[in-house]
Amino acid sequence: MELVCPAGNLPMLKAAVDNGANAVYIGFRDDTNARHFAGLNFNDKQIAQGVQYARDRGVKVFVAINTYAQPNGWERWTAAVDRAAGFGVDAIILADMGVLDYAAERHPKVNLHLSVQGSATNPAAIGFMQRHFGIKRVVVPRVLSLAQVAHLIEQTSVPVEIFGFGSLCVMVEGRCLLSSYASGQSPNTFGACSPAAHVEWRDTPEGQETRLGGVLLERRSHSEAAGYPTICKGRYDVDGELRHAIEEPTSLNTLDVLPQILEAGVSAIKIEGRQRSTRYVSQVAKVWREAIDMCKRNPQAFRPKESWHQILAQVSEGAQTTIGPYERTWH
Amino acid sequence: MNTATHRPRLSLGPITYLWPREQVLDFYAEMLETPVDIVYVGETICSKRRQMRPEDYWEIAERVVAAGKEAVISTLALIESDGELKTLKRICADERFMIEANDLAALDFLEGRAFVTGHSINLYNHRTLAFLAKQGLKRWVLPVELGRDTATELLKSRPEGVECELFAYGRLPLAYSARCFTAYNRNLGKDDCQFCCGDYPDGLVVTTQDGNAFLDLNGIQTQSASTHNLLPALAEVADMGVDVLRISPQSEHTADVVRVFADCLTGDLDASAGTAKLRGWAPSDLCDGYWTGDSGYKASMSA
Repeated sequence: MELVCPAGNLPMLKAAVDNGANAVYIGFRDDTNARHFAGLNFNDKQIAQGVQYARDRGVKVFVAINTYAQPNGWERWTAAVDRAAGFGVDAIILADMGVLDYAAERHPKVNLHLSVQGSATNPAAIGFMQRHFGIKRVVVPRVLSLAQVAHLIEQTSVPVEIFGFGSLCVMVEGRCLLSSYASGQSPNTFGACSPAAHVEWRDTPEGQETRLGGVLLERRSHSEAAGYPTICKGRYDVDGELRHAIEEPTSLNTLDVLPQILEAGVSAIKIEGRQRSTRYVSQVAKVWREAIDMCKRNPQAFRPKESWHQILAQVSEGAQTTIGPYERTWH
Repeated sequence: MNTATHRPRLSLGPITYLWPREQVLDFYAEMLETPVDIVYVGETICSKRRQMRPEDYWEIAERVVAAGKEAVISTLALIESDGELKTLKRICADERFMIEANDLAALDFLEGRAFVTGHSINLYNHRTLAFLAKQGLKRWVLPVELGRDTATELLKSRPEGVECELFAYGRLPLAYSARCFTAYNRNLGKDDCQFCCGDYPDGLVVTTQDGNAFLDLNGIQTQSASTHNLLPALAEVADMGVDVLRISPQSEHTADVVRVFADCLTGDLDASAGTAKLRGWAPSDLCDGYWTGDSGYKASMSA
């Protein structure tokens, strides 16, 4: 099982490689990828250096071009695919059927992975993508329980990658428009959920308010911790009760179910967080490398070390973590 | 509007909420009396809702056709389990009616025959449009976050014989999840949901802490609380060559809404007078921001 780690820049890529990643995933500096944040991502020179650094150490590089192209920006997506192919990367991670069609036709020898943003959650959907675009891997949305992941793997010949750690998307990726409903920009159209330019923090006598595109997502007392504001983690009034109507401000951590993930036949486990720090990826890659190696040696005896949880808790966003949809009770 | 120009037809989207069987049957009996041209029927949200089976929807579809209208069978938007896949396959194997694909799985089953893609199939560009047209696409519903600029470009490059449908009126379909949010907010698990979404015939409204109706929870789906309304853009969408305008059912006033759209299309009512009527019937505010490239909840045209 491959450990796939995020890299928002060259120092992060090196840190991921040095701390045990089998593959790193990166993006270009524009809206062709789903972490289109100011100051993040790679220019051509950095990609060339990153690919060299990783390759010298036997680590793969994937490029995410996983947003949806519209007609007026179409060439940005095709150019991104051509550039990624030109660098000889190990795979391109795509979501848009039009871009997949282009990449499969123009670069038949390049490995294509179906991004989590491609929203394929069942063997028929994956089979369709495999038949038409020859995808070599699918990253499945965070909607399936572990039992469903295991069953899916039995029914498809496409290797399956799942998210193991990091921010938790509550909705089917690629089909969530909450961000554009409030801000005009979504992961699909802009490459960011809750884009920073539309987020406001305001101190008021009632507490600290966070807004997206003018919509009040949360008002909390000054003593409560604040995570990055997204609509799905906001607190609202439902039938007269103030509550997290969609999800608590939690993040994903599947360390406790690693033996089941391995047993299910998952091909790769992905760490979220290209927008995070070099320290984040160093710590997380190191813990997960050690955990995967230990689990592979003896899955029956595997128990996560307390020190791992402590390290991961220090770098997690928000105070709580969850196994999320992999556990049926979450649904 | 000028009746000499191309005139879009009207469609009725699938019922997205859980209504009692009798209410569903009464609803369609009423709809057959309205000037709607195309009727989409079928369960698109949750496979646990079984008060209406595919056979029931086929029967309704036959009545739709007998009334001189086009019937399309809509399918589930999120397919996770074997059971859901099996039902989808069974629906797609029936060739009497056109089928609307709402999950990629349906594309797999429908390849080689005529089909429609719903708004939850991500068709954002001309290359995706051309690719799906090769597989048999006859009509696509534009993803709701896309506006006039992209619609215009796609219409310019659309393959021969492929129609464009816009989600023109209704609470916007914004997201799908593994979690049932109605059950979650009733402190129930999805596996023990007690069909509580049936208590909310138009969804469960989520209000911001400063008192604005924001979202509408409908089982695993999240909708907008505001009602998206393209009526003010009617002349524009007709000029662009849009073929079909979709009205999404609510528990009340759907027939009234259809008649307002129909009257505006024939020129018997102007769009601003029509929008004033719609405002009185919508469960919360009207919005239209997506059409102009703005935040979806904003209303510039409907203001």
